[in-house]
Amino acid sequence: MQFPIYLDYSATTPVDPRVAAKMSECLTLESNFGNPASRSHMFGWKAEEAVENARRQVADLLNCDPREIVWTSGATEADNLAIKGAAHFYVKKGKHIITSKIEHKAVLDSCRQLEREGYEVTYLDPAESGLVSPESVAAAIRPDTTLVSLMHVNNEIGVINDIAAIGKITREHNVIFHVDAAQSAGKIDIDMETMQVDLMSLTAHKIYGPKGIGALYVRRKPRVRIEPQIHGGGHERGMRSGTLATHQIVGMGEAFRIAKEEMHSENARVLALRNRLLDGFKDMEEVFVNGDVDHRVAGNLNISFNFVEGESLMMALRDLAVSSGSACTSASLEPSYVLRAIGLNDELAHSSLRISIGRFTTEEEIDFSIGKIREAVAKLRELSPLWDMYQDGVDLNQVKWAAH
Amino acid sequence: MAYSDKVLDHYENPRNVGKMDDDDVNVGTGMVGAPACGDVMRLQIRVNDNGIIEDAKFKTYGCGSAIASSSLLTEWVKGRSLDEATLIKNKDIADELGLPPVKIHCSVLAEDAIKAAIEDVKQKRKG
Repeated sequence: MQFPIYLDYSATTPVDPRVAAKMSECLTLESNFGNPASRSHMFGWKAEEAVENARRQVADLLNCDPREIVWTSGATEADNLAIKGAAHFYVKKGKHIITSKIEHKAVLDSCRQLEREGYEVTYLDPAESGLVSPESVAAAIRPDTTLVSLMHVNNEIGVINDIAAIGKITREHNVIFHVDAAQSAGKIDIDMETMQVDLMSLTAHKIYGPKGIGALYVRRKPRVRIEPQIHGGGHERGMRSGTLATHQIVGMGEAFRIAKEEMHSENARVLALRNRLLDGFKDMEEVFVNGDVDHRVAGNLNISFNFVEGESLMMALRDLAVSSGSACTSASLEPSYVLRAIGLNDELAHSSLRISIGRFTTEEEIDFSIGKIREAVAKLRELSPLWDMYQDGVDLNQVKWAAH
Repeated sequence: MAYSDKVLDHYENPRNVGKMDDDDVNVGTGMVGAPACGDVMRLQIRVNDNGIIEDAKFKTYGCGSAIASSSLLTEWVKGRSLDEATLIKNKDIADELGLPPVKIHCSVLAEDAIKAAIEDVKQKRKG
């Protein structure tokens, strides 16, 4: 085993060696280095061919038309382009947007920017499961609503929204539906033939492709329009200017091709590892899984060990690369806004770990991690006055704490 | 974030972990912080007839710096009189452990804890 063990696949993934091999074919003088926009010579044509091949590979995973894929620098740019682009284009219809409280910052901050421009944003509350109900979307739609933006899979808790059901509602009301699929593409089936999604943000680096490349799916039938946010040269049908990064795009294409081929077998393997991990904690007291367990991607486990603070837990887990909902390291000292929005009290939010499993995780690594985590939790509970009080039967909610 | 060697040492080998009988008139307890804020410290001292702190115990829920601050404090207060113990300032703790600015509040909490424990034992002895 190599240490530390990487268990943060929701943050990013290593590039698959097959992807890296394809990318390295698009850099040097001897290989495919040309500008895909060069129309006058072979170098340009070859690069364009590679880009269009990758576009087809990405479209295949979504079961959509390659002409519906617009390259961006990643999901953050795709979110910005979708939200600001659609809000600006349809401004004559209205200035109301619907999203949820547990979206990624790329979506929330884009919405905040629109608020500064005079738009009104409704932030839906997810259920305790972390899911946004189609009914709550329907209830929030108004005549001046132009856009609904919701994530397919949440980055912290891994829960899967029913975007097919929500898409039916937005389509009925003639409202544009944007979905951030950064955490879902290549992990669960996406079918644009049946899902009534108008815009979808994608990224390569969550599914074993390189960082710095992503795409926005823009529906052609019925046609969805967006205003470009980056101008200059009119690349990507005018929706996103800038010279295309052939090597990045080829990497994303290969990553999506592999995902389409191997997704189902990989999911079964990853799910078995996650179940093994969860099983390793089942006899422990006061351990809680955050978010819906059934409607969740295979690789994510977000779990709280009550009475143990997350940062000190991570300190004991230096052999494991995981993340915590305890934001004790940040200046704000605020725990995860996602965990709080699904109703966790602050203690449990401070006590959470996000463990995310992926393509290169082994059974041996999971078993080692279980042992390490159990050891660390036991040690820190011995140190914890809250654990003492819990053992003595004190109701911690009745204690008057001096907040500081 | 990077921790100093001293923080790591106290975290790995915390000194004086434990609990004393709060009903004992010679035991002072200071419990500060809140679970919602991510740290709670319980510091206890036992004082002898000469007003000297004979023993100190702590338990802390919180980050590594909070654990280290309280662990260090228990080492420092042992053998001191109550008046001497009140002179310990958060800055002394922060300096000794090399706490970064975002972790200064951990040392503040430790100072609050010893003050509360001293106040508690003084009140008990009066009564």
